[in-house]
Amino acid sequence: MFDYPTIKFIWWLLVGVLLIGFAIMDGHDMGVGALLPFVGRSDTERRVVINTIAPHWDGNQVWFITAGGAIFAAWPFVYATAFSGFYWAMLAVLWSLFFRPVGFDYRSKIEDPRWRAFWDWGLFVGGFVPPVIFGVAFGNLLQGVPFHFDDTLRVFYEGSFWALLNPFALLCGLVSASMILLQGATYLMLRTEEKMAQRARRAAMLFGVLTIVLFVLGGLWVGHLDGYVITAGGEAAAQSNPLAKTVVRAAGAWLANYQRYPLTMALPLLGIVSAAAAVSLALVRKAGLAFIASSLVQAGVIGTAGVSLFPFLLPSSSDPRSSLTAWDATSSQMTLNTMFWAALIFTPIVLSYTAWCYRVMRGKVTEQHIRTNSKSVY
Amino acid sequence: MNEALVDISRLQFAVTALYHFLFVPLTLGMVWILVIMESAYVITKQEIYRDMTRFWGKLFGINFALGVTTGITMEFQFGTNWAYYSHYVGDIFGTPLAIEGLMAFFLESTFIGLFFFGWDRLSRGKHLLVTILMAIGSNLSALWILIANGWMQDPVGAHFNYQTMRMEMSSMWDIVFNPVAQAKFVHTVSAGYVTAACFVLGISSWYILKGRDLPFARRSFRIAAAFGFASALSVIVLGDESGYTVAESQQTKIAAMEGIWDTEPAPAALTLFAIPDQANRTNHYEIRLPYVMGLIGTRSTTKEIPGIKQIVARNKQRILNGQQAVIALEALRKAPQDAALRAAFEKNQGDLGFGLLLKKYVADVRTATPAIIDQAAWSTIPNVAPMFWSFRLMAGLGFSFLLLFGCAFWFSLRNRFAGKTWLLKWALLWIPMPWIAAELGWVVAEYGRQPWTVYGLLPTHLSTSSLTAGSVVASLSGFVLFYTGLLIAEMFLMVKSARLGPASLGTGRYHQETATPHGKPQLAGKEA
Ligand code: HDD
Ligand code: HEM
Ligand code: HEM
Repeated sequence: MFDYPTIKFIWWLLVGVLLIGFAIMDGHDMGVGALLPFVGRSDTERRVVINTIAPHWDGNQVWFITAGGAIFAAWPFVYATAFSGFYWAMLAVLWSLFFRPVGFDYRSKIEDPRWRAFWDWGLFVGGFVPPVIFGVAFGNLLQGVPFHFDDTLRVFYEGSFWALLNPFALLCGLVSASMILLQGATYLMLRTEEKMAQRARRAAMLFGVLTIVLFVLGGLWVGHLDGYVITAGGEAAAQSNPLAKTVVRAAGAWLANYQRYPLTMALPLLGIVSAAAAVSLALVRKAGLAFIASSLVQAGVIGTAGVSLFPFLLPSSSDPRSSLTAWDATSSQMTLNTMFWAALIFTPIVLSYTAWCYRVMRGKVTEQHIRTNSKSVY
Repeated sequence: MNEALVDISRLQFAVTALYHFLFVPLTLGMVWILVIMESAYVITKQEIYRDMTRFWGKLFGINFALGVTTGITMEFQFGTNWAYYSHYVGDIFGTPLAIEGLMAFFLESTFIGLFFFGWDRLSRGKHLLVTILMAIGSNLSALWILIANGWMQDPVGAHFNYQTMRMEMSSMWDIVFNPVAQAKFVHTVSAGYVTAACFVLGISSWYILKGRDLPFARRSFRIAAAFGFASALSVIVLGDESGYTVAESQQTKIAAMEGIWDTEPAPAALTLFAIPDQANRTNHYEIRLPYVMGLIGTRSTTKEIPGIKQIVARNKQRILNGQQAVIALEALRKAPQDAALRAAFEKNQGDLGFGLLLKKYVADVRTATPAIIDQAAWSTIPNVAPMFWSFRLMAGLGFSFLLLFGCAFWFSLRNRFAGKTWLLKWALLWIPMPWIAAELGWVVAEYGRQPWTVYGLLPTHLSTSSLTAGSVVASLSGFVLFYTGLLIAEMFLMVKSARLGPASLGTGRYHQETATPHGKPQLAGKEA
């Protein structure tokens, strides 16, 4: 069993891994959904696009569900504060996700073109809206959000939904959307042929370049934001009580970790370099490698946001001492340890059967395949 | 806390959970019926069993999509609408939820893809393995969520930490092997098996009544009859087990379910029929079976089942103790190192939850008058009439399933069911009944837990998020709108595919299908 500070740090890493896993796996499904109306022009083409992910999207979506459950178990304060505070943003994510199970499963069961067109745009919403909102949420974390705890540790959120949509947060939303679109586009290059693969390739290059530009812009902007610094209390070994510390705002504080631990500079670099690599690989039609590069983009960008904030998870702008950190928003030591073993045992099992499923279903999806199996594919 | 907010949050949870549970039971049972059908295919190598697996699998898939959709809501709703609950018990409650994702949802959802799309890419044996893993996954998900829910009904393996103001885990073992959770799990999955068996039995009966696809329908009927008979037996036996665990752990719930106003000498009688009268705290027109309740509820002839009035008197004392605990805790929060305050708190800590009940009426528990304490003590009893009737309807339906499947199984053993029109019509008519029984079961379990979200520890009125009632009204309207639209689409497709029958597979071997000149199967009718 690990001591309390160590296991808290491990869980910070593990939640990061889950979020990156989510962006790589569910991210490519979302990207495919968002590209669907553009990469697929005819009905058969759209069915090709949908069937590249048909056998996998449901399993991949569990990354999202498990990330939710893991945050509940490891950081109950964050689960409670973020989801009730960002109430309408969260509902917008849930409601746009509603379009996916039904869109995938029911769309092709009825011939009517209006029915199919409706679900095509439903799948677009389900693929495009969540990444934008996740990006916007991260953008707000980097600026601090207005909430405080009372003495019984009940949380009160003071902001509004509209206040979330400020310029910096919207920029982060765009970063997130373009990296997810890149992920979807490289995946489609890999699994389709001819015209559709061509369109996917152009999308990959476009969104790869956009990811680089927007991400660099965001990085420059962050240097000018007020970050947060713990000045007293909030030790890693203490019991989780967010009120037992003092926190101040300081300009440029979000860059402090990069100065203190220069190795962490590797993460933003990874984001930029692998996006550039994804664009070049798409250019020379190496779809598989482009997909891998794009997956590294997800790791680089999410890692960058995490390291900038560390040890903060959810800084409070209205009552800085109420901020949640990796040291004072966690579960008890026993829960963290129990969950660690569960994650250690099940994650490799999940990864191996997921890999097996992709292996069984490998190869390109063709229009011919859709036409001959019209009744059994999506 | 704002009362409108609490009520509307409860309503939203009830609506979304009951909606989720429209799709859950069919999934839980159908997966095993698919395993049985596909095993028959692998053993006999007859195409018809493969077609059965694929056709019933198609209906299963239509249902599954909405199970997933409504499930996503559930996973995040604790955070969005029950933030204080999430803080107060997340240390314990989050763990089974996260393990459910890792261990069950991944398994179920990954293999469901191969179930549908892997037919041509996997050998017979491997495909069967995929189906089995999917079945195990969905049933494991029920296990973990019911461990979570069982803990809310009987919070074992946890302690209160005054520094973090929350419950923390003492023993994962106790939480997993909580008898309440285990009884709930087996009863609930059996309910799912009954649901799926009724569904297959009813639709197959309809094909037989119409005289179409007979070999297909007869085989489906027999599998459903055998599986359903075993499930109907087990849902009753395990429901009795659930009742026993409730009598052990939640006296207020069992007293309300059974309409027991006063403790009677052991062994207590079972009230078969009565009109409960909440205002006068009594029942009218009772019909009672002597001894039975004592035997079922306590499995002895000497233990008493306490009546509502006696429980309220006891709870009044617990509220008084709890009041002291809340006062001590508030002081202790300001001076966490003070040993005397700590001792004062620990003396009454066990009744802290009862003290918190007073917060519904007064912000400062010191100001609670005897009238308020009386009111709080009576609030620990759920309304009797809805409990009493929901429970009786569920159990009554349980016996009707035993009868239905008993007949179906008997005649299918003797191979005489196809001519029994009354039986086939009954089966068709009974398709919706398991859903009604299961929804009522949740009303008994959850409404019967009121006024607590976590029994004896955390009152419902403290559990909400700090939202405005208006926001929750708006989100509830959104959910109702969305879900209703989705349900209409689902029912439409379900009815369409069921009517089409196995012909919807397009194999050319079924009702109204004819071979085209190119040898490619096509539908004769306009339906496609
Ligand atoms: C007794 C069983 C049972 C109960 C009480 C619940 N569920 Fe459920 N859930 C299932 C049994 C199930 C299932 C059988 O595994 C489902 C239903 C249909 C399906 O597609 O999977 C499912 C789906 C499902 C999904 C989608 C999973 C996926 O994508 O595969 C989520 C996130 C949840 N549920 C979460 C919850 C939560 C948070 C609940 C508690 C409030 C809850 N469920 C109650
Ligand atoms: C899917 C099956 C379920 C159904 C049909 C169901 C049904 C209900 C109903 C009818 C209520 C309203 C009770 C009332 O307010 O009077 C409720 C409340 C609630 N249930 Fe369940 N429930 C289910 C599963 C669960 C599970 C598995 C959990 C926890 C893991 C849970 C936690 C809660 C909570 C937190 C509330 C709100 C607080 C309350 O009013 O008690 N429910 N549920
Ligand atoms: C004679 C038959 C039955 C008995 C004695 C019985 C008993 C019970 C009891 C005591 C509970 C409450 C458990 C709690 O509060 O924790 C319950 C809940 C429930 N029942 Fe039944 N039941 C019977 C039949 C059925 C049938 C036929 C179905 C559905 C097909 C069903 C579905 C449920 C469900 C879904 C729940 C909620 C989950 C749970 O608490 O286990 N029951 N039942």
